Amino acid sequence: MSTFWSSWIIGGTLIVILGCAYILRMVIVDTMGEEGKEMPHKFDGIVEMNNPLPKWWTYMFAISIVWGIGYLALYGVANYEGPWQWKSANKIVYSLAESKAAVLAEKEKGAIIQYDMEMAMAKETFDPIFAAYAAKPIDVLAKDPEAIKVGQRLFIQNCSQCHGSDARGQRGFPNLTDNDWLHGGSMEKIKETIMHGRNSTAMASWSAVLGGEQGVKEVVAYVRSLSGRKVNAKDATAGKAKFGICAGCHGIDGKGMHVMGAPNLTDNIWLYGGSERAITDSVANGRIGIMPAWKDILGHDKVHVISAYVYSLSNK
Amino acid sequence: MTHSSPSSADYNYTVVRQFAIATVILGIVGMAVGVFIAAQLYWPQLNFDTPWLTFSRLRPLHTNAVIFGFGTSALFATSYYVVQRTCQTRLFSDKLASFTFYGWMAVILAAVISLPLGYTSSKEYAELEWPIDILITIVWVAYAVNFFGTMMIRKTSHIYVANWFYGAFILVVAVLHIVNSAVIPVDWMKSYSVYGGATDAMVQWWYGHNAVGFLLTAGFLGMMYYFVPKQAERPVYSYRLSIVHFWALIALYIWAGSHHLHYTALPDWTQTVGMVMSIILFAPSWGGMINGIMTLSGAWHKLRTDPILRFLVVSLSFYGMSTFEGPMMAIKTVNALSHYTDWTIGHVHSGALGWVAMVSVGALYHMIPRLWGKTDMYSTKLINTHFWLATIGTVLYIVAMWISGVMQGLMWSAINADGTLTYSFVESLQASKPFYLMRAIGGVFFLTGMFIMAYNVFKTVTAEDANANFNKAA
Repeated sequence: MSTFWSSWIIGGTLIVILGCAYILRMVIVDTMGEEGKEMPHKFDGIVEMNNPLPKWWTYMFAISIVWGIGYLALYGVANYEGPWQWKSANKIVYSLAESKAAVLAEKEKGAIIQYDMEMAMAKETFDPIFAAYAAKPIDVLAKDPEAIKVGQRLFIQNCSQCHGSDARGQRGFPNLTDNDWLHGGSMEKIKETIMHGRNSTAMASWSAVLGGEQGVKEVVAYVRSLSGRKVNAKDATAGKAKFGICAGCHGIDGKGMHVMGAPNLTDNIWLYGGSERAITDSVANGRIGIMPAWKDILGHDKVHVISAYVYSLSNK
Repeated sequence: MTHSSPSSADYNYTVVRQFAIATVILGIVGMAVGVFIAAQLYWPQLNFDTPWLTFSRLRPLHTNAVIFGFGTSALFATSYYVVQRTCQTRLFSDKLASFTFYGWMAVILAAVISLPLGYTSSKEYAELEWPIDILITIVWVAYAVNFFGTMMIRKTSHIYVANWFYGAFILVVAVLHIVNSAVIPVDWMKSYSVYGGATDAMVQWWYGHNAVGFLLTAGFLGMMYYFVPKQAERPVYSYRLSIVHFWALIALYIWAGSHHLHYTALPDWTQTVGMVMSIILFAPSWGGMINGIMTLSGAWHKLRTDPILRFLVVSLSFYGMSTFEGPMMAIKTVNALSHYTDWTIGHVHSGALGWVAMVSVGALYHMIPRLWGKTDMYSTKLINTHFWLATIGTVLYIVAMWISGVMQGLMWSAINADGTLTYSFVESLQASKPFYLMRAIGGVFFLTGMFIMAYNVFKTVTAEDANANFNKAA
């Protein structure tokens, strides 16, 4: 902020606060006639008394003014930073790296950055708890009721927005309790998914390749037949011939592929809905799902505990 | 100095009558929508899967109808009444007065149509799109010209304190509205704010907080300064107190808006200044309450028999309570608990129901018989019934929101020994549910009172003979 604007703000702030003090003093010093008597003007029958200000109110006002100036002196206004150089957070950082550099810089300066201090305190208090959990293998943690509770709470705060409070997912976001895994359900695979995220679940639009509406209709019929739905046999046969295109990811048998993140199409579990319409939409227009990486947000140890919770859901 | 009182025939009461009736009707409309959306929060199926019946569209309709429909109509009515009577002169221009009434009703009608259709600028309390904003500006300038014009041609030597407050309210609301509504239109009902990011948020809350400070506080203090001494037939307690609290209130309020954005991307110093100004504002806010309540000294016995005075005094108590609560909630530490919870909604309603609505209702009950040349309202008993319904409704509402809000704040910040949050958001929502029912019931109480008022007003203004009213007959 330029010196001009800084002075403008500080000046304006002080003028208002000191102005209040001035006018308070003014009406105390200038009694405007005799106290306790009526003022010499009358409006529509209303008269005003010239009573003094209540003492307790005057003190309250004066104290709040003094306090206000004191607070501003300690916490700063505009370019004036105050003795503690207090800030709620380092607001002008654009990356994790910048944030870390800022934390080091303020330590050197001895500035009080509230958010960073609170985070440092939290790290000190809570990190050892998670480090202890991280030292144990996931399948052991999955049998530890305390660890599961911690994992569940982390899950609810960080994962439930997409996967639901009960981890059963919703349309577009997989159910984590049913042992049907897009990217593998081993404890290593689960942890890998949470740590690094998954970007590979994009399915292209196949409408043009399959020759338009009719081709899509046939493939959809075949796909639906895989999970035992009643379908038009003629369409399904034609669709089977075209399914080779899909097999690259979903496998010849339609049972999916973890490497590709391609769902199993035979188990009647549908990520984007199993109705004819929903499947047609998937085939014709494609689908894309992204799981974000949590490594930098939660850190390894917390991801480890969440992995144990997710693992426990289908490995009781 | 005394002046000969002109007879009421010299005053323009037409526009006052129009706005007084509009206040009652729009109060019912706005509060009915409020009760409906309060019920939706308890029974979500009440949106009937209809887009224009959803909470998202009706909530701005509720706030616009009660603030700009009910509250502002009450201010129009009383300011036109008070400025004429305390300046002892007819309104500056009858044509402008009539224009402000029809213009303002057009604004409200446009809000009632456009908000449920989903047209919104998305700025709280300033949702109306730009063509309506332009109409508001024109009407408001006409209002200002008429109000200040009347003050210019006054026959009294001084300007009464009520007019200071009304004047401040009219001037500042004009400035707030014009600055915050600055947009770049895309088409007839879509526009984008000229401000970006944190600046936009700051301008919005500078507007939002001062809509509360100048419209819902200064304006209604103007109302209080006339109707309390009038109804109590007592002198105003302290002229000097009114001077210091007026200037301090208007100087400080305009700085306080940033307390709505504590712990956000807003620069720290802006938050600091907002908090400091809010706390210093506490004493000047209470100055108005003291001046109003102390005006009753020597007339306390009147509260036993006069329910109109009861409305006015209870409104001052709620005013005192919410202007204590406000600065407290502006303290960052308290705000960390209260922000984003129902506590804020409770705070707003202790001001909106307890202060704004009650003082307006008291003023209307005082004014309406005089406007229609009657001695009294049709039924004092019904005023009393209305008083108790309104008081119980307000208390139910704010107690429900206090409990729910503080509980939410505590639940959201509760942490376990391992540093994880104790409760999920859904759990806090579940815990709040019973209080949403209690709030809706409070709203029903308040709304019922308004219906009783409408009946009482109808009977009063349609009574054939000035004295043929229920009280006299009984």
